Amino acid sequence: MKAIDPHIHMVSRTTDDYLKLAVSGIHTVSEPAFWAGFDRSSADCFRDYFHQLTVVEPARAARFGIRHFCWIGLNSKEAENLELSREVLAILPEYLDRPTALGIGEVGLNKNSRNEIKVLEQQLQLAVDRSELLLIHTPHLEDKLKGTRIIMNMILSEPKLDPSRVLIDHAEEHTIGEIKEQGFWFGLTLYPNSKGSPERAIDAVEIFGTERICINSSADWSVSDPLSVLKCANEMRRRGHPEESINKVFYENPKAFLSQCPKFQVG
Amino acid sequence: MTVPYRPLKAPEILDLYFIENRARLLDIASFLDRIDRHEGAEQARSDFRYQAFVKSAAAVLSSAAERTKAVQLLCSDTSSEPLESAVGLKAVGAWQGGNDEGN
Repeated sequence: MKAIDPHIHMVSRTTDDYLKLAVSGIHTVSEPAFWAGFDRSSADCFRDYFHQLTVVEPARAARFGIRHFCWIGLNSKEAENLELSREVLAILPEYLDRPTALGIGEVGLNKNSRNEIKVLEQQLQLAVDRSELLLIHTPHLEDKLKGTRIIMNMILSEPKLDPSRVLIDHAEEHTIGEIKEQGFWFGLTLYPNSKGSPERAIDAVEIFGTERICINSSADWSVSDPLSVLKCANEMRRRGHPEESINKVFYENPKAFLSQCPKFQVG
Repeated sequence: MTVPYRPLKAPEILDLYFIENRARLLDIASFLDRIDRHEGAEQARSDFRYQAFVKSAAAVLSSAAERTKAVQLLCSDTSSEPLESAVGLKAVGAWQGGNDEGN
């Protein structure tokens, strides 16, 4: 089968993983800018990282016939530092202009603090000014419900932001309903310990339907699996769902959302 | 020819998932036993995370619908005011405020 992983952090993965993706049927990936596992010391570190996302990774992926796209933004975990945030936000447009940058992401909230909210407001305004797609990171664990609600209120209070051009990621059972009711796309993340399993993801497909859902691995430097999207598709298959529904969830849906950026093309 | 979709029947779901979920249940029982047999068990059992875990386990055993959502809500921060600062904070999986307020 063909699948797209709309959220995977290939900067943290080995070249072997690109080969595994390619031979398994994932020929298109999109990689949001995220927290590196440590706080970076200056805006220059972000320059290097955005260069990696827009130049190095597309080249590394191309060796295996994979199209690599990215999202540019300042993650919420490093947004607590307002001085650094101001410097990083100033360089975002330069990288958003690059040919494989699909929009602003992953931006959102981490602990739902006032500084995180200030920096998110500025990035939402940048999305309005540039008509960019948005990929939203929602907080982890106990902070998810509150953060998801704050983020949705912020977006919905800006009439120039169209929820159909926003994907709210890392949704779970207690947030999916509210996200979908407001007209957003939503992402489910297959992350073994802190997010969801293939079984729970397909439960969500059965409960909430196949519209506006994207399923991703978010594979990164922590315990994660770059092939989890395909394992989740297999979970859907073993429950007897038809191939056309499986294809919609794992290929047509991410293609439809990402294609709202004219730079996107499937591999 | 496309085979029409036939959702699994509940007994088929039991057949398909029983063994792996039995193993998960044993892991949970083992986790609670491990706390009980080590020094400081009483302190651990009074921790807000343990308390949220016990309440969540009770929700799993209830016959109400949407048990998964109930567990998520039992472990969630249900306040709406932003934090003044996130410095030094990280998610731990349960909300201490919920325990303090008896939620």
